Parts: sequence; structure tokens; C-alpha cells
Amino acid sequence: MATSNKVINNQTNQGILNGDNIVINSKALAIVGTDAVSEAMRQINPDVVAAYPITPQTAIVETFSQMVADGLVKTHLVAVESEHSAMSATIGASAAGSRVMTCTSSQGLAYMWELLHIASGLRLPIVMPNVNRALSAPINIHCDHGDSMGARDASWIQLFSENAQEAYDNTLQAVRIAENPDVLLPVMVLLDGFIISHSIDRVEIIDDEAASNFVGEFHSPYSLLDPKNPVTVGAFDSLYGYFFEFKRQQEEAMSNAVNVIKDVGQEYGKISGRSYGLFESVGMEDAEFAFVAMGSAAGTIRELVEEMRSRGIPVGMIKLRVFRPFPAKELAEALSGLKAVAVFDRSNTFAGNMGGPVFIELRSSLYDLQQRPLMINYIYGLGGRDLPIELINKAAGELGEAARSGRVKQIVNYLGLRE
Amino acid sequence: MAKDVMEIRWHARGGQGAVTAAKTLAEMSLTKNMYFQAFPEYGPERMGAPIQCFNRISKKKISTYCGITQPDIVVVVDPSLLGVVDITAGVSNDGIIIVNTTDNPQTIRKRLNLNGQKLFVVDATHISLKSLGRFMPNIPMLGAVLKVTGLLEKEEAIDFLKESFGKKFPVKVVENNIKALEEAFREVKGE
Repeated sequence: MATSNKVINNQTNQGILNGDNIVINSKALAIVGTDAVSEAMRQINPDVVAAYPITPQTAIVETFSQMVADGLVKTHLVAVESEHSAMSATIGASAAGSRVMTCTSSQGLAYMWELLHIASGLRLPIVMPNVNRALSAPINIHCDHGDSMGARDASWIQLFSENAQEAYDNTLQAVRIAENPDVLLPVMVLLDGFIISHSIDRVEIIDDEAASNFVGEFHSPYSLLDPKNPVTVGAFDSLYGYFFEFKRQQEEAMSNAVNVIKDVGQEYGKISGRSYGLFESVGMEDAEFAFVAMGSAAGTIRELVEEMRSRGIPVGMIKLRVFRPFPAKELAEALSGLKAVAVFDRSNTFAGNMGGPVFIELRSSLYDLQQRPLMINYIYGLGGRDLPIELINKAAGELGEAARSGRVKQIVNYLGLRE
Repeated sequence: MAKDVMEIRWHARGGQGAVTAAKTLAEMSLTKNMYFQAFPEYGPERMGAPIQCFNRISKKKISTYCGITQPDIVVVVDPSLLGVVDITAGVSNDGIIIVNTTDNPQTIRKRLNLNGQKLFVVDATHISLKSLGRFMPNIPMLGAVLKVTGLLEKEEAIDFLKESFGKKFPVKVVENNIKALEEAFREVKGE
């Protein structure tokens, strides 16, 4: 198996899934999160990658550039002069019928903003890993989810990753989700800056052939370079046109994505041994109160939840993987009947103490339930502030107290804030 | 929390290769089919300034992604950090401390005001000067960590360095690093 020169050591694994007679070939590597994404990009072998470096995403482009130079991929790499151009070139190449990727972080994503809407409006299946990093000011290069939350209404699918393994897995699956004819929307793969992107972790890389077969070939349904089937891309569509209808169809595509994401996640399980859904549930079958979180924090929360459950405490956790489309119906089902729910947000909406985006959307999702759980919001980790177990434990205490007493002391809380 | 995870904190100065040592330890753990993390203290790294980096190592999958504040093992790569940074912060009485020093364990124990913690010393500076001809104490300290934890046998560690460093460095450099590692295995002393 060809690998980047940063990949040093490995363990080869072979396993047979129960039931299905499918052999899984994979290699465990000791690599940082950015290299896990680069490995997925190598296996996807996109036709075009246009990118501009920004901390902490830089290492993805750096490693991938080396792969291009070493001839490990056939990708045409366009080194552009800004993220605005990166997304513009990506849109152009995608409209021309290529399989296209880029990646960014923070200010870079913000600088792409107007193009993000064009990519989704043109229904271009672009895949973009975004290494979550705070937005300035003050200048801060560390992790929070404020950057991708700024694009939450841009009609991009958003898949959050707990760790490097999931960043790799999500990147491979993103291609299949984006290119599905019922979806045709761009997909953002999110991973936590530094905590995941720059930390060495154990990552199972499936074998090249299995990855390549899984991803498959891309046949663009509407290529600009297909003179037999001429199409107009990016036309003016004003008062008497179909703008409103196009936007309605976009919403339909996003709704369609729910089932596609589930199907692709199941199919991926057959080649990797790791199946994916809209979210992961821990102990939800008998939980009375639960945490909801995204990204690396969900891993740390899981440690505490499992430890608490071993002491007989009826706590559970939902790790939200898919933020767009927001799985409102499925989450409402999973949380129905609970006494209390604590939602962790690594960003804020600045709506006047309404809470973070996950909280607001989940609260709205539960409104129609007959028995709504009490809800508490914890905003944490802005600008990379650490989330140690002790702080989660504090939140767990407050959550348990709310479940027992039937009332929430304070709805929106700031965890780890110096005050 | 879950103490089937071994947590290590490395203290060094920028440029002494501690991050490489932590990374190499993670890669070595993989040869034992273990789970691991290696991460630096994120921030501007300046040559000579005190830095920290970290490892988590476990036989089971690790899903803790917060910083390490209560390490099981502390490794002091640079002797001049004693008295400059709080080496023992968060270390419990059953913790292990491994120090690069010319002093004997009794002196260091007194200096760090240690209670029940286990203390190991090794003169990694001397070893690196002798083997590598320069002050690069990271590989000897890695050797000391391996000896103390029993994570890899000496021969396994040597094989790993041959394979891994062999891809990146000239033969002479690889040989000298192996010499440094072997000597640290021999020289590290408890009380």
C-alpha cells in the first residue's frame, strides 16, 4: 500500500464481519488528524483540489501536495491565492464535471462565505474538510465551532468527527453522500482544530482498493463540458424566474440526505467494520437524563458517562454526527421520555442569551413532544479552552439535580469560563 | 478517571526533541497493538523556552480528548527546568518521575520535595553528548521511559529505531541514536 512519507509505522489487521462474509483489510497507523484526512483524499484521488493554507488546516494541503508531487494521486492541484479563489476554482471545476475537493479553517471559511452559497445553489457535490477553529477577533487559532456554524444556513451538509478516525471515515463517506443524485449538495467534514488535527492517534486505514471501490467513479449529471447535453450554470433568475422553486428543491435535497447518509454509513460499515448513523447513542435505552455533544468533547463526555453508568447512574449520551441536515425527528424520538438533557455547544449564537446553535435547534426539535425533557445548555471550549472531565462532572451534577427536582436553575451556562 | 490509560507529561525546552520522543513513543505503542495519543502543548514553540508534551497509552480504545493535568509519569528532559517549572503539578503519590540529571536520586527527591512518588534518574545529557556528539537528550529519555514502563523490550525498541529512523536518517545517525537508547536502558536508576 502506498502511503505518504509521514506514515511510519503500522499494524495490519484482517477481520471478518459477523454474518456477512466480508473480509476487512485495514492498517492501523500512528498519525495526526490532518494526515488522516490527507490519507482519505489520497484514496479518493479527486480530479481537482484547489486550496489555500490556513492554520490548523495547512498540514492537510501540505501532505496532500506531497502526494501529488510523488505521483500517488492524479489530482490537478491548484495553489490559489486565497480561500475566495479556492472555492471559486472548486466551483468551476465541479461545474465542469470533475470530482473536486478543497479544505479550510476559520477565517478561510469565512472568506469563502459568498461562494459557499453558490456551491450549494448550483448543487455541486464538493467535499471540504474544515478544521474547526475560532473566528477572530481576538485572534485565536484554537478550536471552536464558530467557523462552521457561520455556514450552517449555507445549505452544506455538515458531518462532525470525534477523532482522526472519524475524520478519515467521514471524508470517504462525504463523497458518496454529496454525489448521490437525490442529494447533490456540497459536504463539509468537521474536525476539531489541534485537539484532533495536530494530535497523533491510532487510525485504521482501509485498503486502497476497498476505499476506491467504495467511493466509485463520479459521473456528473450536468457537466459544462458535455456539448451534447448543454446546460446553463449560474444564470440570472429574477422576479419572474424560478429562484424560489430552486431554493425549495435545495431544502428537499437536504431532507433526502438523511436517508442517504444512513445508507452510506451502513455500507461503509461493511468495508471498515465501523458503521455510521446520524448520531451515536450511549446508554440511551434506560437513561433518565443525557448529554448531547459534537466533536472531540463527545469522546471525553463518553468516558464520564460510561464511568457514571458503571456506578448505576441512569445517564446517557448522544454524539451528534450530522448537524446538517439536522436530524430533528430522530433526535426527538431518542430523547423522548427523558427527564433532562444537557446540550454542549462549542460556539455561541450571540442571540441575547438564547444559547448555542445545537441547543436552540434541539430545543426547537423537541417542542412537539408530548413530554418534553428539561433542557440545559453548556457553552464551553471557545477559542480552544480545555474541557476537562471535572467540568463535565460539574455539568452532570447539575443535570442530575434538574432531573430530580424537575427544574433548571439556569438555562444557558458557560462551562470553564473565568468569572 | 479510567486508570487503564497511562498518562505521561514531558517537560523539555523547545528544540530538545521532546515532541519527537512523544511521537516515537506513540508509534512504538502501535507495534504492541495498543492505543495511544501524542500531542504537544499547543502554542508558539520557541527554541529554549520551556515546553510540555503528552502521551496517553492504553490497551483499550482511548476517547478522552482533554488535556492531561494528573499524569502518571512525568519526564524531565532538561535538567535546568528543575525549580523553573512545577514538575510535580498534579502528580499523585503513586506517580513516577524520571529526570535527566547528574545528581543522585536522594538529592532530586529532596529538591522536588517528593513524597511517595517513584523517582528514576539518568544522565541523558552525558549519554547524548557521548553517543551523538551533541546535546539531544530526547532518545535517551525515551529509552529511560521504556525501561521504567516496560512498554517495549530493549531489542524491540532497537528494531523499531532501525526501521523507523532508518527511513529518515543516515546510518551513522541511526546507530548513534540506538547507542544512546541502549545506554539509557542500562543507566537509568531508581532508588
